[in-house]
Amino acid sequence: MAAKVDYKVIVGLEIHVHLATRTKMFCGCELVYGGSPNSRVCPVCLGMPGSLPVMNKQAYEFAVLTAMALNCEIARFTKWDRKGYYYPDLPKNYQISQYDLPLSHDGFIEIPLEDGSIKRVGIIRAHLEEDAGKNTHELGNFSAVDLNRAGAPLLEIVTAPDMNSASEVRQMAQELQRIVRYLGISEADMQKGHMRFEPNVNLHINKDGQTYKTAICEIKNLNSFRAIERSVEYEVHRQLDEFLETGRTMQIGNKRTYGWDDVNQTTVLQREKEEAHDYRYFPEPDLVPVEMDEAWFEQIKSRLGELPLQKQKRFVGEYGLSNYDASVLTADKATAEYFEKVVQAGADAKRTCNLITQTGQKLANQNNTTVDKLGISPQNLAKLAQMADKGQISATAAAQIFEKMSQQNADPEQIAKADNLLQNSDAGAIEAIVDQVLAENVDAVQEIVSKGKKAGKAQGFLMGQVIQKSKGQANPKVVAEILSRKLAQISS
Amino acid sequence: MNQNINRQQVERVAHLSRLDLTEKELELFSGQLAAVVEYIQKLNELKTNGVEPLAHCLPVHNVFRNDAVKPSLATEDALANAPDRTDDFFKVPRILDDSSGA
Repeated sequence: MAAKVDYKVIVGLEIHVHLATRTKMFCGCELVYGGSPNSRVCPVCLGMPGSLPVMNKQAYEFAVLTAMALNCEIARFTKWDRKGYYYPDLPKNYQISQYDLPLSHDGFIEIPLEDGSIKRVGIIRAHLEEDAGKNTHELGNFSAVDLNRAGAPLLEIVTAPDMNSASEVRQMAQELQRIVRYLGISEADMQKGHMRFEPNVNLHINKDGQTYKTAICEIKNLNSFRAIERSVEYEVHRQLDEFLETGRTMQIGNKRTYGWDDVNQTTVLQREKEEAHDYRYFPEPDLVPVEMDEAWFEQIKSRLGELPLQKQKRFVGEYGLSNYDASVLTADKATAEYFEKVVQAGADAKRTCNLITQTGQKLANQNNTTVDKLGISPQNLAKLAQMADKGQISATAAAQIFEKMSQQNADPEQIAKADNLLQNSDAGAIEAIVDQVLAENVDAVQEIVSKGKKAGKAQGFLMGQVIQKSKGQANPKVVAEILSRKLAQISS
Repeated sequence: MNQNINRQQVERVAHLSRLDLTEKELELFSGQLAAVVEYIQKLNELKTNGVEPLAHCLPVHNVFRNDAVKPSLATEDALANAPDRTDDFFKVPRILDDSSGA
């Protein structure tokens, strides 16, 4: 196993994001996840002679919008290229992509790391291309091809090799998901292949005063954030071990491709590139270039809105929330917006945050939805928060009422009354109960007054008695106050 | 700039296109392609200093369609020309060294 060596992990990502258009990139075939095989195909996406592609405007605008969110330079002139491709899942024998004039380049993404700091990762370029169909290899000497996905619009994003740990790679992927979901340009569900991440990993190892670079390995086949993190971790150790055993370093043409085996949690060698691929790009004669003028640029830019990290920072500054709370609330745009509506309706921010992140998200998960869709008006949730703040209900009761409200968007006060959950904060009434409990439990009182060994326990017992006598409705804060005051009086 | 196509280049291009050429064909095509390239090289006589590269030969740009669904082919029609099928899939020889996937 690895001895102690000083090394740096270097990771760049190639990312493919499925754009949430209704139709394919160059034809009007509908994009449906899970449609029956070859039910969404036409002469264009089947690559039939004589058919001509026509660009989907929505796909182009989605791509530009995302590039803007990634702080990229947006090209005012861009064109399409053919990239040689020999597999039957793209029957034209080429993929329409962008080569030398991509629609955007040179941007960056800011990632909130777990320690609260912000990491900036460079974006080299983001361009549009078409997806391939699906090959299934369960037929022995044959493969079955479904072309429903062939021609679906894909945004390819290439990052700089700026990530230095497995967890940074995972956090980058999660932040990108949060951004594209905010923009509404992709469902970004990794399991469904809406987002595909291919990390390129290598190490810079310092040994005996020299730096050695290991061969770059690309990892494919990752369908969860966990798999991204695990696979990079695995690859780091594998490369380190390999270097220590063989001294093998990066050479021209020894880039390798590994597939992630989720069952065995290992990477498996798929292919070794002995020579650089010759994709034989050339300009696509069937599509004319795209030119973007200022008016169109501004029109798309106006749809950008507040991005998740901006929102998260604002929640910290404006509402005094912790960075963690703000990140949980802004993970989903609808939830973040709902939170703000509740606060605007007069609720305390921290209380609202607790209600939403604790009870709300649990209910939302159970119902497979988001908090804003639980059927509770922001006004009613604000009222619930206020009731909890005023001590009219306990935290436990607040959670119970929250759940009821999601079944019947009713006034929380009515639910509290109907279910007998209102807490008694009436000092006079509580004082009477306290007096009664003190009179009934002379021993305990004596223990406290004489500062005996079990004084703390005795006070807790008296507290419990009062709550019990009030049928659980006395506000514990008020009870504790009165109890302490009375005991102090007795002691003096 | 002399860029006569030699036999090696023809072999390489044939390989990239997955064409299996016989000795005779290699000989024939090398000669033919060399003649074509030589002819095209006439263009090098033009002075192109300071001329912007042309991305497309038509003076047209921004041809788009709206993101509206159009009927697809019926699956039977889509598969009608396929040499082979299995259920509703195209059936093709097994893919070796699969680097497919866009």
